[in-house]
Parts: sequence; structure tokens; C-alpha cells
Amino acid sequence: MSAQNDTPETSGETVKLLIDGVEIPAREGQTILEAAADAGIYVPRLCYREGLPPGGHCRICTVKVNGRPTSACTFPASEGLVLENNTDELNTMRRQVVEMLFVEGNHVCPSCEASGDCELQALGYRLGMIAPQYPYQNTTRELDASHPDVMLDRNRCVLCGRCARASRELDGKSVFGFEGRGIGKRIAVNASHGLAGTDIDAADEAVAACPTGCLLVKRQANLIPVGKRTYDKTPIGTDVEA
Amino acid sequence: MTVAQKTAGRKIVINPVTRVEGHGKVTIHLDDDGHIKETRFHIIEFRGFERFIQGRPYWEAPTVVQRLCGICPVSHHLAASKAMDVVVGVDTVSPTAEKMRRLMHYGQTFQSHVLHFYHLASPDLLFGFDAPVEDRNVIGVIKAHPEIATKAVLMRKYGQEVIKATSGKKIHGTGSIPGGMNKNLSIAERDELLRDIDDMIAWSVEGLELCKSVVEADMEHLLAFGTFESSFVSIVKEDGCLDLYDGNLRAKDADGKIIFDQVPPSKYLEYIREEVRSWSYMKFPYITSLGKEKGWYRVGPLARINNCDYIDTPIAEAERVKFVALGGGRPIHATMAYHWARMIETVHAAEKIKELLNDPDLQGEELVRSGERRGTGVAWIEAPRGTLIHHYDVDKNDMITLANLIVSTTHNNEAMNRAVKRIADQYLDGQEITEGLLNRIEVGIRAYDPCLSCATHALGQMRLQVQLVGPDDAVIHEKFRE
Repeated sequence: MSAQNDTPETSGETVKLLIDGVEIPAREGQTILEAAADAGIYVPRLCYREGLPPGGHCRICTVKVNGRPTSACTFPASEGLVLENNTDELNTMRRQVVEMLFVEGNHVCPSCEASGDCELQALGYRLGMIAPQYPYQNTTRELDASHPDVMLDRNRCVLCGRCARASRELDGKSVFGFEGRGIGKRIAVNASHGLAGTDIDAADEAVAACPTGCLLVKRQANLIPVGKRTYDKTPIGTDVEA
Repeated sequence: MTVAQKTAGRKIVINPVTRVEGHGKVTIHLDDDGHIKETRFHIIEFRGFERFIQGRPYWEAPTVVQRLCGICPVSHHLAASKAMDVVVGVDTVSPTAEKMRRLMHYGQTFQSHVLHFYHLASPDLLFGFDAPVEDRNVIGVIKAHPEIATKAVLMRKYGQEVIKATSGKKIHGTGSIPGGMNKNLSIAERDELLRDIDDMIAWSVEGLELCKSVVEADMEHLLAFGTFESSFVSIVKEDGCLDLYDGNLRAKDADGKIIFDQVPPSKYLEYIREEVRSWSYMKFPYITSLGKEKGWYRVGPLARINNCDYIDTPIAEAERVKFVALGGGRPIHATMAYHWARMIETVHAAEKIKELLNDPDLQGEELVRSGERRGTGVAWIEAPRGTLIHHYDVDKNDMITLANLIVSTTHNNEAMNRAVKRIADQYLDGQEITEGLLNRIEVGIRAYDPCLSCATHALGQMRLQVQLVGPDDAVIHEKFRE
């Protein structure tokens, strides 16, 4: 299991940050991603999920703090920080990270039931990904359909760890964790015979936490028609910017 | 199209065959005297859907398998959904779901038939088989007949709008799901489609009249062109009515006598088998009771019009009556009659769309039903090009373990090869080969509107079955190679 970061302690004192030249208030110790969100500024993110301790895995939320790149989901706000967020340089880097995630897994959006609700796909659209420029890895990923109500399709896993954090922090079960290293790293379950051997339930927060079509409730595919899915009308991040 | 003529090898190759969907080639083998020895219509592309859908969840099939094709994905979308209805234990979907699916299907049949007739076939019919290739194409049609071309584009657009309103997208939608549909038709969508439907019916009748005028102007030649006799297979309703969405299978022989009738999908394996030949990626189905040699048959518009007892829309039925009169009590066997039958169906599809749009069931709220899970689902549909069979086995974890797809073009495989041979015999034998003459081969293939992408979907080693059969037809010994 990877070590997980905890949410930074917040003192509650109000401080001021400068983000892309705009001054915003923040509570000291609050992460700069959350402070930006409170001010209606969207920092693209993938492994971050509200209500979970930050992971700092994916680096999509990388911003520059006083000129140095760092993940916005883990960096605490403090007085006078100067941040860069919505810049060509950072958005290009974020798009390249998304592209690498696409080519590393086997993400077949056209037939994926998460299409339209998938945060990875939505980030691809928001960041202007036209087609991956990196070679597809075509890795063999295992699909675990052993559970009667929940399916784990590792082809679509981006190793964000949201399921692991949600299972541990919110469900109190610790069903998921990482195993292996490098290209061989994968999401694992705490039973020798797959999901069926765990105590996961379709209503668990861990299932809802998956940003892609990796961890799914079975038999729910395409119940929502095209046009009414989460990202059909507005890009990801619009809710933060509203 | 490139044409290679090898005098030493006595072989003519047409590669690729143009104005068809997908990639195929024709080889014509000549003997030393220049006479036709053998012809073959090869399918040279490769797909593999039957293999890579294995190990995927059953609910993915309707959205994955439709990607076989960009022309009639709706057929695969619906055939897979219907098969998965069986798997999820739903024998009858809700009236709203069935009528939404029917609307989607008629929209697709309409646009696909229009695409074929105007964009692919009309250059041959309007300009003649020997017209210069620079003119004998869809651009030539636009230049010479702008009014027809404009209507063709708008008709195709209309069909695509019907598909979008029912499936969510014009191509590769998600509307049909195991057990039903994910949407009904809003009043706004209905009114938008109703606005132009009378034009669509009128224009499809014009298309039919255009087709008839071409045939009638050169009746003797066109009805004999590439013509041979065969059996016919299609779906009909219980009372023999034409039905493109659902029904049971009927087969008629060359004289119009019933070979089998009202066969339900679950029994298809008892009535139809498939043969593999080494030189094509496309299999050769045959009617089991007649055997490999005599069991081949034709499907598609001509088979459907020949096989059905009547059509339940007025204009198409009146046209069917006129059409079948040509046969004098026997089925019509002319290859070029496919175009005529296809345009009767285009009219029928437009009439059906209007009928459905006026049905308030389309605004119903019951969209999905469920039942007790089953391990196997088989379903069929009449795709624009003919009968389409989807068969899936699904394990207890909801994963597909077997997929068998017999698509329209595959049913017509032997027939297309026969058409090529017949046309080669009729026009090429002993002649100096010209492009115009070779175009006749393609004209014959095009009449069947083959979709070669759909037809080549298998992957992996073909299962080999060897039977030792005694003189009394009893199986003495049987072996399988997996």
C-alpha cells in the first residue's frame, strides 16, 4: 500500500493569494486547489475528490507556486503566495499527462459506458486533446467481474487511488490498494479471488469515487441517454467556475 | 479500381471493387482459350469482433458490436440489444421501447437504402455501364442531375436525424439497451421529424419511379443481367407480413415453395450452418436440410419482397403487387431487381416512420424491463442488406463467452460469387477485356449492396469439425479441433 497524504491542518486565518494575477482569499492551511475553487477558479484535477484526503498522484493539478511546479491538491495556502494556473505552459503539460494516461491504459471511449460521465475523457476535451501523440502501450489489463454487482475493469484504471482512499476513509473497508511498481503497478483488492471475495457493495463510496469506467456498478450501462450525461452540455470544471 | 491482366497466368484481378462498403476484390481465372474457368469474389479486409467481444460484459455488446460498420450500425445495435433482451430475461420490451427501436430501424433502413441507390448504384443506372468512369460516379450524378442529388442528400440526412432522435447520435448511438431503450421521443423531436416526412414519402416514391423507369427502358437486358435462380431467406411476421424489425424466419425455394417457415431465432442453428473456404475471410452459410451444394440462398430486399405475403403500408404494398407480377407466380430472380425491391422498401420505411411518429406510445415512460437472467441470447433483424443474426453466450459473471454473428452480406456470399460468374460468362467470355466490361462485374456485386466490413468479423482459429458418416447417414465418429 502506498502511503497516503492527510489533509493539511487549517488554522482558519484568512490569507491572500495571487492566482494568475487575481487576488483571492484563502484560509491558511487550506490547499490552494480548494482555495481556488472557493474563489470560483478551476484547477484541473483527476485524483483529487472532494471529501477525500488528497493523493497527489496524477499531477494534473500542477500549478506554479512562486515559480516552482507543485500539486495544488496538496500544497497549503499561506500569505502572499504567487500562483500560476491557467497558463499555456501548464495546460500543455496537463494535456500531455492526460495523453499519457490514455495511451498507458486501454481507454476505448466510443464503447465505454462511462463515456460522457468520465473525468479523464472530460479532461481530454477541456484541455484540447485531439489525439494522443505518444505510442499506445497496449498493456494487458485484468478485468474482474467476479462480484455480482460491481465490476473492476483495469483497462480503464488511471491509478488515481480514489477508490482506495474512499474505501478506507469513507466506507471503512480498505478493499483497494496498489501493488507492483512502474508500468506493472495496478489496483489490487484485499481478497485472493477478486472482488467477489471482498465486502464491497455497489452503494459504497469507493465505487462512486472512480473517475473513469474502471470501477462500475453492473447493469447500469447507458441508462442515461446521450445529451443528458454529466459532461454532455458543459465541460468539466464548469461547476467550480459557476 | 485497378485492373491487372496477366496473360501468362490468365488471371484478371479487379481490386478494389468500388462503390461498395468495405474492401473486396474479384479474380477471374481464364483457361488457355480465354474462356472463363473460375471467378471469385474475395473479401480482403479483416475485423475480428466475434473474438474481442469475448470477455466483455453483455451490456457492452450493443455499443461495441455496432462499430462493425458505419453504414448500418443501427442493425447491429438493435440485433445485439434484442439478443441481450433474451439474456436479461425480457421476452417483450415495453411498447415505447419497441416502437422507439422500430423508428430507429426504419430511419436507418431509409438512409441506408437511399445511400446505396443514389450514391453507389445510380451512376451505373443513370449513365449506363459503359459510361466513362470520370462521369460514372456520385460527382457525375450531382453535375448531371442536381435535383435528384439534392433530394438524395436530404433524404439521407432525414434518416440520420431519425437515428439521432432515437439513439442519441447519428452514428453509433447508445439508445437501445438490454431490456429496452434509454429515451422516448419528445414532442419537440416528434414535431421536427413530422415536418418533413411527407416530402420523404413523396421523394422516395420518385426514387422508386426513377428506378422502375431505368429498368423498364431496358427490361430485357437488365432482368437477364447476372441473373440466376436461388432460394430466398427472410424474416416475416406470423401472418406473412413484411417486417424488418422482428419476426420468424422463412425460406422459399426458387419456385416459391416454402422450405421452412416461422422458425424462431433460438432454433437458427438447426436450419442454417456456415462453411469456411480458404480464399475468403467471409463464410458461406447454407440451409442445413439442403446441404452445402444446394443450400445457399439470397437475403436482402429482393428476398424480403419475394418472401412476404403482403406489406402493411399502402403505397409499398401497391408497388409490391406490381413488382411480383413480373415473376408470374414465381419469385423474381433478377439480380438487378434488388434495386427495385430496395426502393419499394425505402417507400415502406418512410411510410412506417410517419405511422410511428403519430403513435403516442413513443412518448411513453416505461423504457426498460427486466427479468430472470439467461445464459444465451439469439436474435435477428432485417438489416438493410438482409437478415442479421446475433448469438451470444453469457457466463454467470455477466461476461460474453461466445459471439456468433451471421450478417446479411455473408448470407449473400455464394450469391454474389454466382453473380460474378454469371456476368463473366455473359459478357467477358472470349472477349477483349475492357474497363466497361469489367464494370459489369461490379454492377452485379453492387446490386447486393454488400457491406464487407460487417461480413468479416471473425477472429481466431476456426473450429474444425470432422464427421465420419455411414451409408445410412448415421454419424459413426466425430472429432473437433478447437
